[in-house]
Amino acid sequence: MSKLQKLFISFVTISFLLIGNAYSDKVRIGTEGAYPPWNAKDSSGNLIGFEVDLAKELCSILKHECTIVEQDWDGMIPALLMRKFDLIMAGMSITDERLKTINFSQGYADEVASLAVMKGSSLENLQTVESLSLSNKNAAKKTLDQLTKALAGKTIGVQTGTIHQNFLESGDVGNVTVRKYKTQDEVNLDLAAGRIDAALAAAVAFTDYAAKSKKPVVLVGPTFSGGAFGNGVGIGIRKGDNSSTVGKRDAKLLKDFNRAIDTARKKGIISKLAIKHFGFDASM
Amino acid sequence: MIESLPKLLNATLTTLKLLSLSLIFGLIIGLIFALMRLSKKKFINNFSYGFSYIFRGTPLLVQIFIIYFGLGQIEYLRSTFLWTILKEPYWCAIIAFSLNTGAYTSEILRSAFQTIKPGMIEAGKSLGISSKIIFYKIQIPIAIKQSLPAYGNEIILMLKGTSLASTVTLMDLTGVAKYIISTTFKPVEVFIVAGGIYLLLTFLVHNLIKFSEKKMRTN
Repeated sequence: MSKLQKLFISFVTISFLLIGNAYSDKVRIGTEGAYPPWNAKDSSGNLIGFEVDLAKELCSILKHECTIVEQDWDGMIPALLMRKFDLIMAGMSITDERLKTINFSQGYADEVASLAVMKGSSLENLQTVESLSLSNKNAAKKTLDQLTKALAGKTIGVQTGTIHQNFLESGDVGNVTVRKYKTQDEVNLDLAAGRIDAALAAAVAFTDYAAKSKKPVVLVGPTFSGGAFGNGVGIGIRKGDNSSTVGKRDAKLLKDFNRAIDTARKKGIISKLAIKHFGFDASM
Repeated sequence: MIESLPKLLNATLTTLKLLSLSLIFGLIIGLIFALMRLSKKKFINNFSYGFSYIFRGTPLLVQIFIIYFGLGQIEYLRSTFLWTILKEPYWCAIIAFSLNTGAYTSEILRSAFQTIKPGMIEAGKSLGISSKIIFYKIQIPIAIKQSLPAYGNEIILMLKGTSLASTVTLMDLTGVAKYIISTTFKPVEVFIVAGGIYLLLTFLVHNLIKFSEKKMRTN
């Protein structure tokens, strides 16, 4: 064989190996790595958090080989659709809007959203009911009216493409100015800097930030759930069908992971991990 | 896609506003620093060199982040009147863009001034024209003519640079495109439309510069 032929053969072999790898049955799970305690990164850049631990548990139940990959939040669903990974586990709530584009497994955890302000803010003494469920619009009306009044003319920061943004833009609390950030970190920074009057996110995202930064961030108003806030956090997955091999694989993944969540719940694994990361049982 | 077009066109206005304000401030900054660069005093010369070295030597994104998130961390600054400006993402973006384009413009103008042959200035002096008039009537017009092609390039670079305003929550063309994607989950289509608008703007800038170059040549 000439040198050129050898080179050609080794090139072809290597390419097949690479392609083979991309289509192997390894399950790739996308997460943001920037929404503690759901998912985050430690100081050396390794992905950590509730969902990273849970993903490992679910994969070991299914005896699947899994890799967890990082993806910016604003490109999460597009990246899933483009098959950069197979599943989303990124604190993503199950909402009707997202269900139009992707499927969700059953929920594995849920926790409430809350407004946060800096100590000394005029909103700090906002007196409302403790928790507000938007599932019943009529019952929620009184509190929503109260919030509309309190938040009039205020600027509120949220991470872009979240249930929190959807809620503020739904008009339920009138016309507030919504400022949208790429990451929750940036929301926290601008809240502490005083560029925004308040921020809306998962309550634990603020308590986690307050504990780590020692900044006087306080939660105000009711905790929110239901309605625009979705029905818990589940695994995002492409809509599978039986017309193609990849479609069949997606449908099977959904079934498998629903089963794995059942098992993990029964064994108490989800509760245990939730208590470890959130400090309370956020499992569902 | 059709329904997102009005939103994108509306955002194009924000992009153009950011671009034009930054270019105006940048031109003033650039002219001042170009003249400082031509000064014979060593300190002034070095100061101007340092400014352009720093702003041309670091990424625009880093500059915006330092001005927006970085300065916001300094507690003392928040109690001064400067905070009324720095509080607004809009002005933070304008400041970053102006300083950045100002650094490039100062280099463009400096090299344009340096192409003016000393003989031209001496010719003016020998006719008894004051150095002030020589500056305004001879040096400036020649410098503008010389720098136009390079400056046109800088405008185009700046136009694309304004897309970084979206990283500090501004709803410019890129910001709105990202926002639309966050609800439609269709990045390819939306970014193609946004890219097309940028291309069209570049086309307009390009032709405007070409037209002025032609006009100057006939003069």
